[in-house]
Amino acid sequence: MIAIVDYGAGNISSVKKALEHLGATAEVTSDPQVIAGTEKLVVPGVGHFNRCLPLNRQLRLPLLDSFSSGKPFLGICVGMQWLFEGSTESPETSGAGLFPGECDRFPAGIKCPHVGWNQIDVRKDSRLLRGIESGAFVYYTHSYRAPVGDDTIASTEYGGVFSAAIERDNVFGVQFHPEKSGATGLKILENFCAL
Amino acid sequence: MPCERLTKRIIACLDVDAGRVVKGIQFEQLRDAGDPAEMARLHAEAGADEIVLLDITATSGGRKTLIDTVARTARQLFIPFTVGGGIRTLEDAAQVFDAGADKISINSAAIARPELISEIANRFGSQAVIVAVDGKRGENPPQAAEVYVAGGRTSTGREVLQWVREAEKRGAGEILLTSMDRDGTGIGFDCELTAAVSGEISIPVIASGGAGNAEHFVDVFSRGKADAALAASIFHFGTHAIADLKQTLLQAGIPMRWPC
Repeated sequence: MIAIVDYGAGNISSVKKALEHLGATAEVTSDPQVIAGTEKLVVPGVGHFNRCLPLNRQLRLPLLDSFSSGKPFLGICVGMQWLFEGSTESPETSGAGLFPGECDRFPAGIKCPHVGWNQIDVRKDSRLLRGIESGAFVYYTHSYRAPVGDDTIASTEYGGVFSAAIERDNVFGVQFHPEKSGATGLKILENFCAL
Repeated sequence: MPCERLTKRIIACLDVDAGRVVKGIQFEQLRDAGDPAEMARLHAEAGADEIVLLDITATSGGRKTLIDTVARTARQLFIPFTVGGGIRTLEDAAQVFDAGADKISINSAAIARPELISEIANRFGSQAVIVAVDGKRGENPPQAAEVYVAGGRTSTGREVLQWVREAEKRGAGEILLTSMDRDGTGIGFDCELTAAVSGEISIPVIASGGAGNAEHFVDVFSRGKADAALAASIFHFGTHAIADLKQTLLQAGIPMRWPC
C-alpha cells in the first residue's frame, strides 16, 4: 500500500488517481500510524512552503523514520522542496534537510510561476527515471525551485538550471507533476510503484 | 535568460451542456461524439497539452451532472485539466476539485466578488486558479479594452489591463483572455490585446477567440506573446489536427511539446 500524505497542501486526488490507474493501492492519510506502517510514501503538495508545517510537527517522526528504514519515499513539487534545508518562500519553516541547499524563487525578468511543459536533462542513472531519456517533457507549476546537487538525477532549464528530480537511496523527489505529465509521468510513477 | 525551452501550450476546450459536448468535434474512432470523458482522452492522445471543460449548462439542475462529468473525465486524464463555468463560490470550486479538476476557471463571479480569487487561491493554491477575462475593444487600442460579462453582452466598465493586474495581485495563477471581438470569427486572435495583457502581468496568459488556422497560432505566440492558446473549433477536423498544428508551430520556431 502507498500512503499519500495529506497535510492540507492543495488538491491531491490526482496523485491517487494516477497511482490507482497503474494498479497500485493508495490511501490518502494524515494519520502518523498509517504513515509509519505503510510500504511506500508519497508526499505531494502544491502551494506555499509554509504549508509544510505539519510535516515538521506531528508527521516528522514517522517521515524521518521512513527515510532511515529504506521505505521508498517520493516527494512531489513542494513535497520535494521540503526534502531540502528550507525555502526562501517561508524562512521560518524548515525542511527535512536531507538534501543540501535551500529553495529559492525564480529570478526577476522571466514569467513566474513557471507553468507548463518543459524538458528534463537526465544527469545520471537512477531507479526513478529508468526508461526516461533527456528531452522528455514534464508538466511544471511552481515559483520556487531547488538547487542542483550531487543527488540531482535530472535538471531543467528555466531562469537557470534547477533540480527536476533527485534521488538518494530510497528517497526520491520530483519538482514536476508526474500525475499530470502524460505517458512520461505515468512511467515515472510506475517505476516508483515497482520499487 | 534561457527560458525558451518552456513550451507554448495548446489547450483544447470542450463546451459541455448538461453533460454532453455541444460542438461537433469529429474523431474517426469516436464511439459517442458527445461524451466529454472520451473526447478529453482522445484530445490528450492526439497531443493537446491541457484540457478545459467549459460548462455552459443553463439549467440549475445541471450542476450534479457536471460534477459526474468532471469525475468521469478526470479518471482517464493525466494531463492538466481545468473546469470552468458556473463556479460562483469557494464551495462550488471545492466540489469541482474534489471531482478531479486541477484548476478552475472563474469569470463573472470574480468580477462580482473579486475576493473569490484569493479565497480559492488560499485554499487550493494560485496554480489552481485561472481568471477568465472577456475583453472587447472594437477599433480602440488595447489600453481601452473593456471587460465584458454575459457572453460579451454586458460591459462591466472595467479596463482589461487594470482587471488582469488586480486578478494577479489577488492570487490568480493564469489569465484566460478571450477576445469578444474575435470569438467565433476564425480570423485570428487579437494579438495586440494579448501582447498588452502579457506585458502587464508576470503570470501566464492563455489566448482565446478567433483561431481559424495554424498561422493564427504562430501569430499569437510570437506577436501576441501568449503562453498558451485555447481553441475548440480548430480541433473539429479530426485527430491529426493537433499534430499538424504543432508541426507548423515547431517549423516556425515556437517551442512545442513534441512528440507527446
